[in-house]
Amino acid sequence: MSPKSAELKAVSRTDITYRQWLWKEIKKNKIAYAMVAPYMILFSIFTILPVVLSVVISFTDFNMLQLPPNIVWLDNYITLFFDDDIFLLACKNTLIFAAIVGPVSYLMSFLVAWFINELSPRIRALVTLIFYAPSISGQIYLIWGTFFSSDSYGWANATLMEIGAITEPINWFKKEEYVMPLCIIVALWSSLGTSFLSFIAGLQGIDRSLYEAGAVDGVKNRWQELWYITLPSMRPQLMFGAIMAITSSFGFGGVVTALCGFPSVNYAAHTIMHHLDDYAGQRYEMGYASAIAVVLFAIMIGANMLVKKALSKVGS
Amino acid sequence: MAKLRTRKHKVVLSRSAGGDAGITFLLVILGVFMFLPMLYAIMQALKPLDELWMYPPRFYVMKPTLNNFRDLFILMNTSWVPFSRYIFNTVLISVMGTFGHLFLASLCAYAIAKVRFPGAKVMFKTVETSLMFHATVTAVCSFMIMSAFKMIDSIWAIVVPAWCSTLGLYLMKQFMDTNVPDTVLESSRLDGAGELRTFWIIAMPMVKPAWLTLIIYCFQGLWNAGASIYIYSEQWKSLNYAITQITAGGIKRAGASAASLVLMMAVPIIVFVVSQSNIIETMGSSGMKD
Repeated sequence: MSPKSAELKAVSRTDITYRQWLWKEIKKNKIAYAMVAPYMILFSIFTILPVVLSVVISFTDFNMLQLPPNIVWLDNYITLFFDDDIFLLACKNTLIFAAIVGPVSYLMSFLVAWFINELSPRIRALVTLIFYAPSISGQIYLIWGTFFSSDSYGWANATLMEIGAITEPINWFKKEEYVMPLCIIVALWSSLGTSFLSFIAGLQGIDRSLYEAGAVDGVKNRWQELWYITLPSMRPQLMFGAIMAITSSFGFGGVVTALCGFPSVNYAAHTIMHHLDDYAGQRYEMGYASAIAVVLFAIMIGANMLVKKALSKVGS
Repeated sequence: MAKLRTRKHKVVLSRSAGGDAGITFLLVILGVFMFLPMLYAIMQALKPLDELWMYPPRFYVMKPTLNNFRDLFILMNTSWVPFSRYIFNTVLISVMGTFGHLFLASLCAYAIAKVRFPGAKVMFKTVETSLMFHATVTAVCSFMIMSAFKMIDSIWAIVVPAWCSTLGLYLMKQFMDTNVPDTVLESSRLDGAGELRTFWIIAMPMVKPAWLTLIIYCFQGLWNAGASIYIYSEQWKSLNYAITQITAGGIKRAGASAASLVLMMAVPIIVFVVSQSNIIETMGSSGMKD
């Protein structure tokens, strides 16, 4: 609660200062603090503390063996940006990946939700299931590995050979030029998750009378309806959906590893996440890995803030 | 001009036939793209071995068989740790993680949404911000923190972080904001019920769709959790890990591996089908205000 709103509340009480009022409020709400405590303590330990700790460790050369670690200040970051070509490649791949998967999956989620909004509830439920299922089905994306299998028993290779487009089977997930596009397709396929459901619910929740009023006011077709009524009415969902879509567009490292192996051929699909895994999980250079994590953290938060700002302008 | 009659109301919105056709066309294309791989996975699971290794391969199965599933169960029985142990682990982790999360997150969400105390907004903003980064960022330090608490190689390493996952708290708080009227809580408080009692007797029964959503999200996460870096003892590994392990045996196990993919995806999908309407209802209040 900001001091400003507190002042507003305390307007009728000129006899006590803000500080006294705050203390009174805190004592009055003891039970509420007890209620939030268990969750908030765990949340602090497992989410806030790791972020803070990452920043601290990123200034050291901590490697799990030598104790105490030396403080190296910005050395890790300098190495990262000026001496680590693979990291720069990973940055490029991550950004390409996120810049395609994030917006496309966001748009696809919204368009599909919008398309099915006027269908009957039964059909809508079925279509929702078809589009949502890939994102909750665990490792089902491995089927793409079978489909694009490297030998001629793979359906993609066999079909292309059948029609004479190729003479030799293509090793899809081991060829630099195919690795990224394929991984992006698989990621898109399994990306209609929480934001999709949120859009469906948002569209369902729009007051029908708004459309009637719009029709009276001269809204002519569905596109005008979309721009003048639908989008502004569901801005909160658009915001939430954007955050879910952006955050998960940075989280497809597991898909890449499962399909292309680790590291991917010539680092063609190497993302920041893989680089982090490499230094933390294999080389135990925790200081360096933490620096990578901090950069990744900054990129994610930055991207989200930017999009949040842009979306707050929709329809206003 | 095709006219569309909206349900409940008699107002007619204009819909052009061209637009309808275009939208249907796009929807079908996207739907095929989404559905074909799933269908292919099911086809693969039903193919007998000679069809799996047939040239040229076919998309559709010609002589469907359940042999792959039988092979999978036979393989399960030959594993070194009895398979019931993996099932037990996954059920134990899912149940403990899910219900702990539901209880702690609801308690916290109620206090933030309905008892306006100093600091509530800051707490919620922090949780909201944490939706903006992926857990990989914190994985390295989480590992160190867990080893400091001696949680590594026990189910607590999976269960306790699940308790404080953020999406659940966010959805629950938003749902309570819109679906639990303050007046009802106020009258309960006036009747002399404490905050805890009001939460348990009055507020919780009003947010059943949100419970279900939290349960399902948490369950999906825990069910799909595969090999974990936090657990290395064989007797505490999850079902998902065990299944990946036995099906990683190459060509000979291709059939069983296809069957296992279908088996593992069936559970979350069935759970979603059963609870879809509740989840959508919860998502109705998921919006984020700026």
